[in-house]
Formats: sequence, C-alpha cells, structure tokens
Amino acid sequence: MELRKIRTRHTEAHLFEGGSGPDLLFLHGAGGITAEDPFLTALAAKFHVYAPLLPGYGESDECGEIRDMLDVTLFEWDIAEALGLSKPVIAGHSMGGMIAAEMAAIAPNDVDKLALICPAGLWLDAHPIPDLFALLPYELPPLLFHDVEAGTKLMTAGLDLGDPEFLKAYLVQNARQLGMAGKILFPIPDRGLSDRLYRIKAPTTLIWGDSDKLIPPVYAQEFKKLIPDCSLVSIPEASHMVPIEQTDQVVAAIAKLAG
Amino acid sequence: MKFTWFNLMPWPYLPEDFREKNRSVWVDIDSKLYDPVRGHDVYNDYLDLLEYADQLGYDGVGVNEHHQNGYGMMPSPNIMAAALTRRTKNAAIVVLGNSIALYNPPIRVAEEFAMLDVMAGGRFVGGFPVGTSMDTNYCYGQIPALTREKYQEAHDLIMKAWKEDEPFAFNGRYNKLRWVNCWPKPIQNPPPLHIPGGGSVETYDFCLDNVYSYSYLSFTGYIRAKALMQGYWDRLTERNEPDESPYRAGFAQTIVVGETDKEAEDLFKEHISYFYNRCLHVHAGFADAPGYRTINTIKSGALSQYAPNMGDLSKMSWGQLLDEGYVIAGSPDTVREKLEFLIKSLRVGNLFCLMHVGDMPKDKCMHTTRLFAEKVMPQLRNIWPDYADDNRFWCSPLDQRATPAPVDAALGARSEALAGGDD
Repeated sequence: MELRKIRTRHTEAHLFEGGSGPDLLFLHGAGGITAEDPFLTALAAKFHVYAPLLPGYGESDECGEIRDMLDVTLFEWDIAEALGLSKPVIAGHSMGGMIAAEMAAIAPNDVDKLALICPAGLWLDAHPIPDLFALLPYELPPLLFHDVEAGTKLMTAGLDLGDPEFLKAYLVQNARQLGMAGKILFPIPDRGLSDRLYRIKAPTTLIWGDSDKLIPPVYAQEFKKLIPDCSLVSIPEASHMVPIEQTDQVVAAIAKLAG
Repeated sequence: MKFTWFNLMPWPYLPEDFREKNRSVWVDIDSKLYDPVRGHDVYNDYLDLLEYADQLGYDGVGVNEHHQNGYGMMPSPNIMAAALTRRTKNAAIVVLGNSIALYNPPIRVAEEFAMLDVMAGGRFVGGFPVGTSMDTNYCYGQIPALTREKYQEAHDLIMKAWKEDEPFAFNGRYNKLRWVNCWPKPIQNPPPLHIPGGGSVETYDFCLDNVYSYSYLSFTGYIRAKALMQGYWDRLTERNEPDESPYRAGFAQTIVVGETDKEAEDLFKEHISYFYNRCLHVHAGFADAPGYRTINTIKSGALSQYAPNMGDLSKMSWGQLLDEGYVIAGSPDTVREKLEFLIKSLRVGNLFCLMHVGDMPKDKCMHTTRLFAEKVMPQLRNIWPDYADDNRFWCSPLDQRATPAPVDAALGARSEALAGGDD
C-alpha cells in the first residue's frame, strides 16, 4: 500500500492506496491502521483500496475544524470526491463502520455496497459497551481478541511504558488518535445513527466476531433490524479484531457482497 | 502575601482497606461509602472551620469544585461560598473555581459569581479551572478534544456578560443565546480571577494576556513545582513583560503546624497518611482522557499528577513526604522557614494553605489553624514589600458592608405587633 496525501477543505488528508479491482473505501477503527496491515493487504488482492486516515492518525495533522459526526462524515465524502470515486463500495471497522454507515445514510444514492465490520454507533442500555477511554493498555486484549494471548503479544510488541521517552511518544499518539476518535465516540459512541439508518439503500453486509467483547454481537441484531437491505455474517473464533483474527473470512464476505 | 485557608472537604470515613477494595476514589467510587446523615455533621464541621479561619485573620477562605470524588464533597462550591457569606466577616471568599466548560449555559457562572460578590459586599475572588479530566470528561461527559475550545468560549461569554450594559446576542459554537443580560452584576466588575494551570504554555499565556493570576494546585508539593512555576516566569520574561509581581502567581501546599516538630508528626501523621493513601487513589484510566491535554503540554512533560508514573504516594514515609516537600509540617519556626523558601523560590504572592487534611478531626484542625495564624502568618505577611500595593488579584470589599441582623425575640415581637395591627 502506498501513502498518498490529498488536500481537502480542512486539511491535508493521508490515505493508503493499493490493489486492483473495484474501488473500495476502507475506514479504520479507533486504533488506526498502517500500510503494513495484513487485512488491508488481503483486501487489496480483490479491490482497489483507498484507506483514508482521520486527522491525527498516522503522521497526518490534527484538525480542529473537524468536531462532530457530520464533520467527520463530510470529511470522508470530501476525500471520495477528491479521489474521483463514483459509487464506491464502502467498508469500515468499528468506529470506521459507524462512519461508513453515516456516509451511506447521508448520501444513500452514492454508495454501491456497504460492509460494516462490528461497527460502533448504537447504544443499548442493557448491553453497555466498555469505556474505551478509561481502559488501561493491559485491559484491551481480552476485549479485542478471541485468542487473548496472541492478541496481547501483538499489542505489546515493542511497548515499554517504563521508558519516559517512549511513554511520552505513546501519550502523544494516544492524544492525537483517540482525541480525534473521542469527538464521535466519547463518552458514549452514539451520535444518533439509529435515527438515520433507515435511509441506507446500499445492500449491506454486517460482519461480526462471535466472541466480540467490546461491541457484543447483540448489536449486530440491532443494526440488522434498522438497516433495510442487510445480512449478517457471523464469524466464529473471532472477537472485535475480527479483520486481524479471521482475515480471509472477512475479505471473502466483502468480496461476496461486492459480487 | 495572601493566605487562603483551604479545605478540599474529604469524606473522612473511607475504610482502612479502601485502597485494596476499590479501584478509584474518583468517578466510580462506591457510592455506598457515603452516608448522608454523617454527611450532615461533616458539612457543618467543615463550614465551622472555614468560619474559624476568617475569625483568625486569614486573608481568604477557599472552596473548589470536584465531582464524584471521595476527597472533595463540593460538586457546587458556590453553595458553600453562599453559606460562608453570612457568618464570615473579613476574609475573601475564594471560589477556585467553577469549571466553566461544564455550565450550560455558562452565564450561570456569571450570575452566581455576581450573586456571591454582591452578597459578600465585594469580598469575592473567583477562578476558572478547565477542571480535571476526571471531573470534566469522565464525570461530566465533555468531549476531551473539545473541552478547551468550549472553556474558551465560556470564558469570553462570561466576561462579556459582566462587561456589557445592554442585552446582546451571543452566537457561539457551543452557546446560542439571543438575549444575554447578566442580572445581577458583580460589585467588582470583573472580580479578581485566578486560573489553575498544569504547566501548559497556553495557560501561561492566557493568564498573562488577561492579567489573571496563575495558580498551580498540586498535591506533590513545592519542590516538584519549581520547574512548572519557573516555566511561567520564564514565559513572562520571554514575552518581555515588565511586570513580575508575585501576586501574578499562586500555589497550593499541604501545611500542618504543631507546637513542636514532634507534636506535628504525632498529631497529623495519620491524617496525612489517610489523604495520600486513600484519597489520592485514582484509577489511572481516569487520569487523563486522550485529547484533554494539548499535544504541546504532553511534549513538555507536564503529565497529570494522577498519571501512573508519578509514583506510589501511598508508600511514602512521613520523612519522605517532608523531605520531598509534599507536606510542610512542624513547629511554627520549621513551617515558617520552609514556607519562606517556597514563597521565594516559586515567587508566589498567593498561598492556598491546605490546612484540613484527610480525616483530620475538627479540634486538631483548629489547633494547626490557630498556630499558623498566630505564629507563622504574621512573620510572612510582608515578604513582598515592593508589591504591597498590587491589589489586582485580590478583592476590594465595600467599606460599609451589611451584616446579618439578629433573629431574636425582639424581631419576633415586632412582627407579632405588626400582625396585630392588621386586626
């Protein structure tokens, strides 16, 4: 995947681009994404992938003018416009799924197909989602991974919070990334999406890890209820990081949707 | 030198195993630990102590705002301040302060501070903290990365509401108000304002731009505070401001006084330990919501005092707490000597004296309060003779102030006579 920079109304947006096939816009989750991400690489075998970063992610500048859900949704549409994409497939993971659903609700005629991978954006009082912003690093793997041991290894590789310089860099990255994510996820990841999902026209596939501990699968049922043309692909032995834990199955589900 | 007697108002009945059985004193503290019937007496004692400090000649009595916090029982400091307007006579009522990003709309603060200033006859000093991340983000749900912008807008609205004589429209990003018309207005317009900061250049500049006093309110003491306060004074020099009045800065310090060093240790050690052990037990995940602190501030190394890498305060010995400056404790001479160093090394004209600590009972607190007032304060009062006339950061009360009338039999008799006259 190649890093590309593109000017939008508010900022210089960064995105990863690569692969061949139908155009697919992929929106990352709150943890961000890198050019080496194995899921992006697998997706690029079937699609021409564009994976924009929200401001503050990767090396991109933060953007004070992007404050709320509508700003974020239009930021992504501005990128699609600048790239000259016409009716792309849109896929998003977690926070990115929330944004993808908003994009499809706000511009229902401009999306070909929609793939939502354990998206955020709804809230059920009976099933409160853990407070992502109050979790300590060691508390994350059990929520994000089915195979907690492997997930812990993946997340703590090179992590040394005892080193003050490392800690500073870590905190800066957290502030840049999760500071941005907080604008649409803090303190409760609900910005009224449930009122708008009825507008989505694109055939939609929900993809959910059976053992998702961050946004439990009961949320899949709620999305399915609210989106008009929607099917669910449940994936066993996967938690919230299903694109990493069961990469092939997720890519296959998106490829099947795109036909 | 201005001395403000401060009480954070801790809940004094946290169990001994609080630290082991609870993850945090703040945000998600077990609410079953609170007992409102005991709370009735606690509030009454704490108000008595603030009133006692007024009688002993402290320049100010201080209250502050925290939410869902086991060591701070003042979600609304303005209620405490209002109670204090009636029985205190001379001390400034220092509200340090209202977290203005949390009030919706923030003209509520303009109104309540105005009410307090009028009720107290101009004996009011205010403050506008951004608020800790625990209070502002986790308890009150403000979006971390937008908190400062919202704070700034609230500030501009409040200042304008006090200043303008005509109703005006305020088309803010967070506040849309067609008719702003602050009523009542404060006697001191604007009242003197202090801004608690945590080491960000933005807050240094905000204070310098607006002529507000910069306050560093920490529990980690005067030795660790040196770099942060020096940063403020360096910024002032860097900006070529000729005005180095120490009253432009304030500092909070835990202080306990006994007749002797030993008495101070014997009387207060357990209560200091209660505070550093049980009260400062904050879940690290609540210390600093990502986006709350600016990137520049994180890069400058100014981390939350609740951040996990600040060390385990609960394991510090009495000697360590004293040696490292967390606590100033001892005989009047010892305390005076250390405070003189603190005041000069940090260059502060406002000292917020944390005189009630942890689960300290009332009689012990009165003892240290009196010793400090009689044997320490007078020696330090004129430590900044060159700036004796700088009153920009302190209140200017009316010369003639109303006092509560006695509610006694005489009034009752008069009222009965009036009632009788109607027959």
